[in-house]
Amino acid sequence: MKFITQFGIILAISFIGEILNRTIPLPIPASIYGMTILFTALCTGVIKLSAVKETGKLLITMMPLMFIPPAVGLIESWDVMQEFIIAIIVISVISTVLVMAATGHITQFIMKHKGKEEKR
Amino acid sequence: MKEIISESLFFGVALSVGTYILGTIIKKKWDIFIFNPLLLAITLTISTLLVLGIDYSSYNEGAKFLTYLLTPGTVALAIPLYEQVMLLKKNLTAILVGIASGVMCSGISIFAMALLFGLNHTQYVTLLPKSITTAIGIGLSAELNGYVAITVSAIIFTGLIGNIAGGLFCRLLHIKHPIAKGVAIGTASHVMGTSKAMEIGEIEGAMSSLSVAVAGCMTVGAAILLEWWI
Repeated sequence: MKFITQFGIILAISFIGEILNRTIPLPIPASIYGMTILFTALCTGVIKLSAVKETGKLLITMMPLMFIPPAVGLIESWDVMQEFIIAIIVISVISTVLVMAATGHITQFIMKHKGKEEKR
Repeated sequence: MKEIISESLFFGVALSVGTYILGTIIKKKWDIFIFNPLLLAITLTISTLLVLGIDYSSYNEGAKFLTYLLTPGTVALAIPLYEQVMLLKKNLTAILVGIASGVMCSGISIFAMALLFGLNHTQYVTLLPKSITTAIGIGLSAELNGYVAITVSAIIFTGLIGNIAGGLFCRLLHIKHPIAKGVAIGTASHVMGTSKAMEIGEIEGAMSSLSVAVAGCMTVGAAILLEWWI
């Protein structure tokens, strides 16, 4: 019963997210609205952690599986992709590394800097 | 035989889950980063379809139920985030500034390399949303008149890079703090990277989830502002 209720809550929030996605004219997906709603509900105590925890964690563990079908779908767009496949690969790899470097180091830098200020 | 498989509703799911399990077994046996269970599952599934001559639509007839769970799965990412909420509050500035610089870096680096490769405007805007989560990326690519199907491929490819090598890149780049690691992986490689960050650690996973949402929204905001400005 616990799992049914937990799954029900998560599905209901997904549904609300979907409604927001359809009614608000921004390209923000249902999942991001849903994640924000659940986070806010947890923070304000509207939903208790114990009301979603186990099923939520199960879904998160299963997440890699959910990416397989869309990734296999790459074979469908292969023809159009061939045109600039090298550019896609090079740009993806390099910009991923650059974004990680910039994001990680700036976050790390500010945290260290602030940490020092607090110690003073 | 081919007909039975093509009409089967569970073939797609069974093949996807089966190849993923096989992938984890291979990963356990030979612990090399290229033996990533997700990458192995994708490669094995594609090979199987090609060998058996089954087209994507009949595979996806069953497999789409796995993708169906992606929205509730992403919603559930709020749970680890909530569990780390104290850490989030304490380092809010660092995290937000970090994500913002990642979003800017993504735009600038893609723009520079698009020039370098001589890509046309359509090809350039197609790649622009590649670091953000698929659902936002699709919307953005359509809005900017890119090739949506290729945007999806580029997003998945980027996510795969994060999923395979996120931890390795962090080590090579000397990103050591768990918060910084999570923010870096999430900003660069969205939900697919996040599912790896979740395996690295709880803090990494939580921060990565947050970064996916924030980076996605920031990218949309920046795109809307740019469009309005131009």
